[in-house]
Amino acid sequence: MGSGRLYAAVTAGGFRRYATYRAATAAGVFTNTVFGLILVYVYLALWDERPHLGGYDQAQAVTYVWLGQAFLSTLALGGGGVEGELMERIRSGDIAVDLYRPADLQAWWLAADMGRALFQLLGRGVVPFAFGALVFPVALPGDVLTWVAFLVAVVLAMVVSFGIRFLVALSAFWLMDGTGAAQAAWFLGYFCSGMLLPLNAFPGALGEVVRALPWSSMLQAPADVLLGEAGALPTYAFQAGWAVVLLAAGRLVQTAATRRVVVQGG
Amino acid sequence: MTGVDTAFIEVDRVEKVFEVRRKTGLLKRERRQVRAVDALSFTVARGEMVGYIGPNGAGKSTTIKMLTGILTPSGGRLRVAGIDPSRERTRLAHRIGVVFGQRTTLWWDLPLIDSYRLMHRMYRIPDARYRENLDRCVELLELDGLLDVPVRQLSLGQRMRGDIAAALLHDPEVLYLDEPTIGLDVVSKARVRGFLRELNAERGTTVLLTTHDLQDIEQLCSRVMVIDHGRLMYDGPLAGLHEAGESERTLVVDLERELPPIEVPAPARVVRVQGPRQWVAFPASQSAAPLVARIAAVCPLVDLSVREPDIEAVIAKMYAEKATA
Repeated sequence: MGSGRLYAAVTAGGFRRYATYRAATAAGVFTNTVFGLILVYVYLALWDERPHLGGYDQAQAVTYVWLGQAFLSTLALGGGGVEGELMERIRSGDIAVDLYRPADLQAWWLAADMGRALFQLLGRGVVPFAFGALVFPVALPGDVLTWVAFLVAVVLAMVVSFGIRFLVALSAFWLMDGTGAAQAAWFLGYFCSGMLLPLNAFPGALGEVVRALPWSSMLQAPADVLLGEAGALPTYAFQAGWAVVLLAAGRLVQTAATRRVVVQGG
Repeated sequence: MTGVDTAFIEVDRVEKVFEVRRKTGLLKRERRQVRAVDALSFTVARGEMVGYIGPNGAGKSTTIKMLTGILTPSGGRLRVAGIDPSRERTRLAHRIGVVFGQRTTLWWDLPLIDSYRLMHRMYRIPDARYRENLDRCVELLELDGLLDVPVRQLSLGQRMRGDIAAALLHDPEVLYLDEPTIGLDVVSKARVRGFLRELNAERGTTVLLTTHDLQDIEQLCSRVMVIDHGRLMYDGPLAGLHEAGESERTLVVDLERELPPIEVPAPARVVRVQGPRQWVAFPASQSAAPLVARIAAVCPLVDLSVREPDIEAVIAKMYAEKATA
C-alpha cells in the first residue's frame, strides 16, 4: 500500500498546486460562465428550429451546455492539463529528475492530473454549472443514485482524457517541441468530445465514428448518464475499455521513450 | 563486503554513443555517431568524496545519468552498490540521492514542506527517521522558516539547499551532485560546502561531485577525476593535477617604484610588468615562500598576492599537450 499513499500524496499536491492560483480560477469561472451563456442561446435557437435534435429536448440541450463548461478545464479539453508541463520538462531535460525517482512516470503524472482535474471540477466547474441550472430550465435527475453514477463516469472521463494527453506529451521525446502535436490534439478533442455540438446530433457515418472514438468518453458519456439517455454499466465499459487501451499505449511509448531517447541537456 | 566497499561505484570500460541525425538536404539525413563517453573506467570506494570535472560537453552529466540508471550504457559494465543501474533503476533509487544544480526536484508552486512530505512517501521513509533527518537538514542547511514558503519564492541559494535536503531525507549511501554551487553567492557556497563536508565525515556518504568551481574541489575532495571528450584524462589528488597539467601560479608583487623585471631563478619568470606592479609565474607544485623571500631580498616590496591557476586553464593545457604528444 506504500505506493498508494505516494500517489495519493501526488494527487493531493496536484489539487493544491492549482488551488494556489485563485485569481486564475476566478477568471476561469467567469470565462466559462460567459461561454456557457453564448452557447446556451445558440443551442436554444437551434433546438427551436430542430426540436429533439440528437434525441435531446431543449432542457437537456441546455444542461449539456453547462456540463460542457464545467468539464472544459476539468478534462483539459482546451489545454491546461499536466501535458503542457510534462512536455516542457521533456524539452528542457528536467524529465531526468522524474526518471531517477523510485516512482512510475505514468502513474505519477496520472495522479497529478487527477488532482488537477478534481480541483478544476470543484473550483471551475461547479459555479458555472450551478449558475446555468439556476438561470435556465435544465433537466437534472432527482435521485442520488443517478448523480453517483454520473460522478463515476466523470472520473473515468478524467482517466481517458489523461490517457490521450499523456500520449501527446510523450511525443515531445521525439519532436522536441510538442506544441504542434498538443494544439492538433486540443482541436481534435474539442470537436470529437462534443464540446461544439452533442455527438448524438452528428449525422450518419460521421456520428457513428465520433461516438466510437475515445473522446466520446469524455463529455458525451457522463452527460448521457446524467440525462438518463444511457445506462451506467455500458457507459463504464466503453470508458474503461478506452482507458485501458490508452494507458497501455502510453506505457509502451513511455518504455520506448525512456529506453531510446536522449534526455536533453547537460 | 570488502569488494563492494573498495569499489562501491564501479565503472568498467563504459561507453555511451548517441546517434545524431543531421539534415543534409531536402529529405536526406545523415546519421552520425557521437561518443559522449568512451571506454571510461574508474572505481570509487565507500565513503570517498570525489570531484568529477571537465569542460562543458565532456561527458560528466552523461556519466551521472548512467550512474542513476536513466541512461543505458552502449557498452561496458557499470555497478553502484552492486546494482546495475539501468536494469534496476527503482531499487537503486532508494540508495542514491541526486542533486542537479540546474534542475529542481521540488514542487514549484507549493511550500517546501510539501515536497518533503512527498519524499517521505516516495522513499517509504519510516516516520521517526524522516522526522530526524528533516530536523537535521533544517538545522544544518538553515532551512528554518523556509518550510512554509512556496518554492517559487525561494532565492537560488535557498532552493539549492532545499534540493540538497530533499535528496538526503532517505539516507542515501551515494550522493551525486551535479554543479551544486552553480550561481550561488559566496555565503551560500560556503554553507553548502560545509554541509557536504560534515555529511561525508559523519555519515560516511559517498559523494561524487561535478563542478566548474575549483574551490569546491579544493575544499571538499581529496581526489579528482578529469574527463574530456568522454575519456578520463586524470585521476588522483588535486595537487597532482597541477603537476600533470604543468599549471602555474602567479605571484603579483607591488614594488615601491617602477623597476626593470626582477631577476628570479628559473623556472619562475616575470610575465608582465605594469608600472610598479610585476607578475611572476612559477610552477603550481612549488612553494611560493622561497620566491617571495628572494624577491623581498633584492627589491623594495610593498605588497604581494598569489593567484591560483583556474581549472579550465589547467584542463585546456592538459588536453592540448595530449593532442600534440
